[in-house]
Amino acid sequence: MNASAEPSDRPGPVDSPHDPVSSPAVRMRGVNKAFGDNVVLQGLDLDVAPGERVVIIGPSGSGKTTILRVIMTLERPDSGTIEVNGRHLYHEQKGGQLKPAGEKHIRSVRSDVGMVFQHFNLFPHMTALENIALAPIKAKGMGKREAHQLGMDLLDKVGLVEHANHTPGQLSGGQKQRVAIARSLATEPAVMLFDEVTSALDPELVGEVLTVLRDIAEDGTTTMMLVTHEMGFASEVADKVIMFDNGQVIEEGLPSEVLKDPQNERTQAFLGAVVKH
Amino acid sequence: MSTDTDPVTPSPAGAHHVAPPDIRPWWLRPKTFVIAAGVVVFAAFMWRFGGGDIRFSTEHRPRPGTTFDWDYFFALVPDMLRGIWVTAQATVAGFAVALVIGLLLALGRRSRLRVVRLPVALFIEFVRSTPLLIQLYFVYYALPDWDITLGAFVTLVIGLGVHYGTYCSEAYRAGINSVPKGQWEASTALNLGPTTKWSQIIIPQAIPNVLPALGNFLIAGFKDAPLGSTIQVTGILAFATAASGRSFDAGVEPYTLIGIGFLLVSIPSAWLVRRLERRIAYERIS
Repeated sequence: MNASAEPSDRPGPVDSPHDPVSSPAVRMRGVNKAFGDNVVLQGLDLDVAPGERVVIIGPSGSGKTTILRVIMTLERPDSGTIEVNGRHLYHEQKGGQLKPAGEKHIRSVRSDVGMVFQHFNLFPHMTALENIALAPIKAKGMGKREAHQLGMDLLDKVGLVEHANHTPGQLSGGQKQRVAIARSLATEPAVMLFDEVTSALDPELVGEVLTVLRDIAEDGTTTMMLVTHEMGFASEVADKVIMFDNGQVIEEGLPSEVLKDPQNERTQAFLGAVVKH
Repeated sequence: MSTDTDPVTPSPAGAHHVAPPDIRPWWLRPKTFVIAAGVVVFAAFMWRFGGGDIRFSTEHRPRPGTTFDWDYFFALVPDMLRGIWVTAQATVAGFAVALVIGLLLALGRRSRLRVVRLPVALFIEFVRSTPLLIQLYFVYYALPDWDITLGAFVTLVIGLGVHYGTYCSEAYRAGINSVPKGQWEASTALNLGPTTKWSQIIIPQAIPNVLPALGNFLIAGFKDAPLGSTIQVTGILAFATAASGRSFDAGVEPYTLIGIGFLLVSIPSAWLVRRLERRIAYERIS
């Protein structure tokens, strides 16, 4: 069970002093991840500035979801380092050296990260409000009354106040995803990861979810990393677009550059295929 | 907040037309009191009518020369009911133990620590592949050699509890595995601790899936509980053995009564289990 990553042998500051203002929200260095023979991340380097909105595009199976999953600690990288707000996610400084971190450290750093899933993953045995209030109560130690007030405020924000006492089974796909976004916002993570959050929705329900995402983007305080196939939405909200294929970043830049005028031929082929239908 | 062009329109602040959620802690909710009252009544009932040391009446005998004496048969009914009451008590108590032990074993078997996981797996395999009868004999007759002496009733409860606990642990394991991967990932993404993850997310979703299996184990355990008569528990089988022993005949009447006694309990419990299953399936859909 040697899941923790080895320290990267790359040069550079291995553990910059905790300084959330100047350090990037997410910094990945030399991150490798393979599932058996299938290499999904190949020495990935990635920096995301605080408040930045990064859209990751690429063909399916290219490993773009895995980028989000290693930041959320749903998969452990084979090697490399990941920092969130200047703190190492999988490593701790011990005696001047980077050592694989314990569960407690990972949990502490992870509290800065939140994730919204393609298939919502709401808790089916709880109401919408209970889904949202759970983490603030249990993970942040908030009082019940306060957490429920926060839950109602967030439901208001995503336009679902009247569904507070409904279970996920009573909600449409778009409503479920809006509850899931509210649930993720409830712990106020500095970095929010969105993994194809509209892909499982009927086309007519995509708009309501994108509206909520736009709201979060307009706030401008939350760092967002989105894997999506909604190119129109990507060009609208993204500060940076990353084209990812075969475990590597093959092109990155402003949406106007990458989406409108791609230089790399694989990006051109991918965008051509996406736009065709 | 959103702009006017949004399809998602937030309601004006304070216009929440939703019943406020019940934020009383669980021990102050009415449901808790109803359940607690039920447990107290049940315990009082057990305490009043229970007890392992039942004396069966000795006065009734079949008339000689009859193959089936109806008067004798009906005269034995109160004794049968007392016997089956003891058997049912042992079953319910044993099954309560099994539910707890089963959960602990299931969790132990999933432990990240090999020193926990392996012994637990070995224990489950061992208990599952030896007969309950032998286990009861071992606890009742062999353990006193090591200065562990347990009463007959307690032995039966523990025997049933541990034996069925291993079965329950397998059921729990299947139930835990049936909780979708996304639920575990959402727990991680929300940074929930292990206690919250298990108590609020995983177990509440695993239990409904295993209730049918657990209900069947309860009924199976009830049918195994007469084994207690081999270690002097005065349950339903002991009643029949005693009655037929007194009268020096084959004991058609008492043994027939046993069958009826079991039907009296098994059929309603099977019906209850099915009802519970349906109810839970319904709640899961809605």
